[in-house]
Amino acid sequence: MSANIEQGNGGNVAATIKLTRKDYVSDQEVRWCPGCGDYAILAQIQKVMPELGIKRENTVFVSGIGCSSRFPYYMNTYGFHTIHGRAPAVATGIKAANPELSVWVITGDGDALSIGGNHLIHAIRRNLDINIILFNNRIYGLTKGQYSPTSEFGKRTKSTPYGVIDYPLNPLSVALAAESTFVARSVDTFTAHLQDTVTRAMKHKGVSFVEVYQNCNIFNDGAYDMIKANDAKDERMIELKHGEPLVFGKARNKGIRMRSDMHLEVVELGDGISTSDLITHNEKATDSYLAYMLSRMEYPDYPVPIGVFRNVEKPTYEDMLEDQINSVIEKMGPGNLEKLMHSGDTWVIE
Amino acid sequence: MSSTTILNNVEERHIEELDAVTIRFAGDSGDGMQLTGTQFTNTSAVLGNDVSTLPDFPAEIRAPAGSLPGVSGFQLNFSNHDIRTPGDEPHVLVAMNPAALKVNLPDLEKGGLLIVNTDAFNDNNLKKAGYATNPLEDDSLSGYRLFKIPITTANRAALRDVVQISSKEMDRCKNFWALGLMYWLYDRPLEPTMRWIEGKFKKNAEVAKANVTALKAGFAYADATELFTTHYRVKRAAIAPGKYRNITGNEATALGCIAAAVLAERPLFYASYPITPASDILHALSSYKNFGVKTFQAEDEIAAICAAIGASFAGQLGLTGTSGPGLALKSEALGLAVMTELPLVVINVQRGGPSTGLPTKTEQADLLQAMFGRNGECPVAVVAAASPADCFNMAIEAFRIATTHMIPVVYLTDGYLGNGAEPWLLPKIEELPRFEVKFYSDPTTFKAYSRNPETLARPWAVPGTPGLEHRIGGIEKQDITGNVSYDPENHMHMVLTRAKKVDLIANDIPELEIFGEPEGRVLVLGWGSTYGAITSAVEEMQSQGYSVSSAHLRYLNPFPKNLGEVLGRFDRVLVPELNLGQLALLLRAKYLIPAISFAKVKGKPFKISELTAKIKEVYED
Ligand SMILES: Cc1ncc(C[n+]2csc(CCOP(=O)(O)OP(=O)(O)O)c2C)c(N)n1
Ligand code: SF4
Repeated sequence: MSANIEQGNGGNVAATIKLTRKDYVSDQEVRWCPGCGDYAILAQIQKVMPELGIKRENTVFVSGIGCSSRFPYYMNTYGFHTIHGRAPAVATGIKAANPELSVWVITGDGDALSIGGNHLIHAIRRNLDINIILFNNRIYGLTKGQYSPTSEFGKRTKSTPYGVIDYPLNPLSVALAAESTFVARSVDTFTAHLQDTVTRAMKHKGVSFVEVYQNCNIFNDGAYDMIKANDAKDERMIELKHGEPLVFGKARNKGIRMRSDMHLEVVELGDGISTSDLITHNEKATDSYLAYMLSRMEYPDYPVPIGVFRNVEKPTYEDMLEDQINSVIEKMGPGNLEKLMHSGDTWVIE
Repeated sequence: MSSTTILNNVEERHIEELDAVTIRFAGDSGDGMQLTGTQFTNTSAVLGNDVSTLPDFPAEIRAPAGSLPGVSGFQLNFSNHDIRTPGDEPHVLVAMNPAALKVNLPDLEKGGLLIVNTDAFNDNNLKKAGYATNPLEDDSLSGYRLFKIPITTANRAALRDVVQISSKEMDRCKNFWALGLMYWLYDRPLEPTMRWIEGKFKKNAEVAKANVTALKAGFAYADATELFTTHYRVKRAAIAPGKYRNITGNEATALGCIAAAVLAERPLFYASYPITPASDILHALSSYKNFGVKTFQAEDEIAAICAAIGASFAGQLGLTGTSGPGLALKSEALGLAVMTELPLVVINVQRGGPSTGLPTKTEQADLLQAMFGRNGECPVAVVAAASPADCFNMAIEAFRIATTHMIPVVYLTDGYLGNGAEPWLLPKIEELPRFEVKFYSDPTTFKAYSRNPETLARPWAVPGTPGLEHRIGGIEKQDITGNVSYDPENHMHMVLTRAKKVDLIANDIPELEIFGEPEGRVLVLGWGSTYGAITSAVEEMQSQGYSVSSAHLRYLNPFPKNLGEVLGRFDRVLVPELNLGQLALLLRAKYLIPAISFAKVKGKPFKISELTAKIKEVYED
């Protein structure tokens, strides 16, 4: 393990013994359906953990309820499998109580955006230094195949035999609207990309929100094949890179440009259009308008973006909480119980 | 009140000694009646009287001025002896407008002293209060000793040439004018209130001056006009020596939680979502930042309890507080705390229900919710405070039990306790119960669900401890290892273990004490805020020679060990409750005794007289 990794999400730099992926594998048997995308995500996170420079005992995985939320049982760290939708709230308490800890929230699309929608946006807006990884399989897996808040309009599922009539939510748009300071997207099977995204999320000081496209081969198999299949992805996905123009296509011959009416448009390079006409990705932009527009890009109108949409700095909740306490102590002196009890109008009876 | 005679001798107004007086101040919600009542209370307490108060505010923040729903009242009882309730019927009613008169007159004792602000009795206000004719001008108040005083005019006249403020601002001082008048009538000093005004309006000298002038003017008016022939004195009470302060239940709860954190040497983490009447605890704790308290105003009650659980997992004293509807929301997470066997304290300042119910009125109807309001077999420890000052003790007890037994504790108070005040004999810090909180740290012996043989508590192993990495959660756990387990035998074993854990707390709490003879005809058994009224009623009966005793439950789950035996020593067990008999139901179920329920669900506490009447009925039955 690299000894001097810069610190992001709490957790002190690990001691000298180099840990490996194996050290992060718990003794519990993994119980997902064979072929589930969750395995790939687990493997990548176990792989990057030893590289992140956090002590294992300072790492806490918190989850809600759903297939993906079984995740903490499989990590040989501290873990808390909580109740449906409430992982961000439990994580808030953990992080606020002990800012030294590196706190990870593992959640599903139903868990995070349906029952837990409120907690999700509030944990994000407070900018706690926690990492939220949302496994989006666009279905309820654990309850066996009902539609979720990210399911496509019109989709037929067990609970919608005649088609979904709820409009779907876009997780990244929600996170951006809640002012998330770090927003990214990756894909379960994109091994290197996923590792890189998780690493960057961890190093970000402040809330990190990562959506991972995840296949549920039992109830929503191939949900993302249309875009992520090997022969499709170059034309149907676009990788965001800070400081670089938005170019995609197998031949790197297409790009994204801003029209004068403030709409994004897909253009072919050449014929008077060069990369300088394209949008240059700036994940550090202080306002999130453009990141929001990028989050709206969906196939087939646009290639689907993956990578880091936004990455900005802002004081964290837990730091401000500690600062406030320290400044009050500085001003008033440390609390004295005797004095507090004896404050106000007192009188003595002899 | 021993005597209410007024001498007709106008020349010589003399001071008459009384044992106890109950006054109710009532006015529009903008009239400052809570402040007036609080000032009278504090001054009386400082004088050495025993005091007890009952604020009664409208649910609306600003109901239309002069309307019936906008009436705000504050009742206080002060005496020369030990008292435990704010008094049954007020002896004195100060009514600042017709609506206040209409709402409060039915409670005033027959022949009681009625002081009204005649200025407010104009056509408009009379109409708003629903009076067809002016009650001050017909015979309808002939059963009371009515004093008609133009308070608004008199107050303006006193201030006009003294301060440079608008007449609207002057009118805002009229509550102090009324207070001054009452201070004269009951022979109280003005200084404590003057000091308070000067502190409060430090930055606004003109307003401070106006209020002080109003206070003095009211006092002088009573003295000069010879309106009253007598003034009264209530001597200091013979109460236990020591240093006192006046405290409300919510303040005492907040202080108790801070004390618990100091005693346990662990920081407190309070997560809450605002709700009446629990919000004051959040307000108080968030001002104690220098104790290292972390307060977190969550997005809802669910988030609040979840954050508190997270903080407990991380090694702090997780605390969440709410009122009935909020506890309903917290129930799923409370189950998680039971399953994960983490220490947690959940305060419920009960109010009238169901649903939003009577937000500003009191009730004790959440007992069964606290006991059973969760899915599955999900027992928690339950404790309840008996008086405003007792909230301090029970908050500490809640934490002591939670941390010693690794269990969530529901701590019940109610609106009456939370807002009501009484003098609090300040305890000595070194006499507070100590409790050591130890984290587990030895990786060689660590098992997440290994158990202390005496308490069955599991180890508190906090993230950050090397070698203790483990996973907890809501899914059933294998005993000792803490691994997920669906094994039927293990589940039954764990259900029984969690129940046993609660039962074992009985070894760690005091036995039930009896007020009066240890056996006899009637035992009056109460819990929570009914303590004052029950004890006073029983005391009265005892002095009349009845074989009546009382006992008060501060520990409701588990019950004190000797409860069954105590119940068996009386012919009748009467259980007065501000609900439809929830404790009575538990007693009948557990001890198979014919407990007699005495229920009152009106948003109001028991009166002593209601209780004595019922006790007599049961006694003779
Ligand atoms: C309060 C509550 N309501 C409902 C459920 C049932 N439930 C469990 S998981 C789940 C949906 C999970 O879907 P998602 O978050 O997308 O996770 P996945 O299983 O697909 O990973 C539901 C509805 C529950 N456990 N608790
Ligand atoms: S149901 Fe779907 S999400 Fe759940 S484990 Fe199986 S494949 Fe994975």
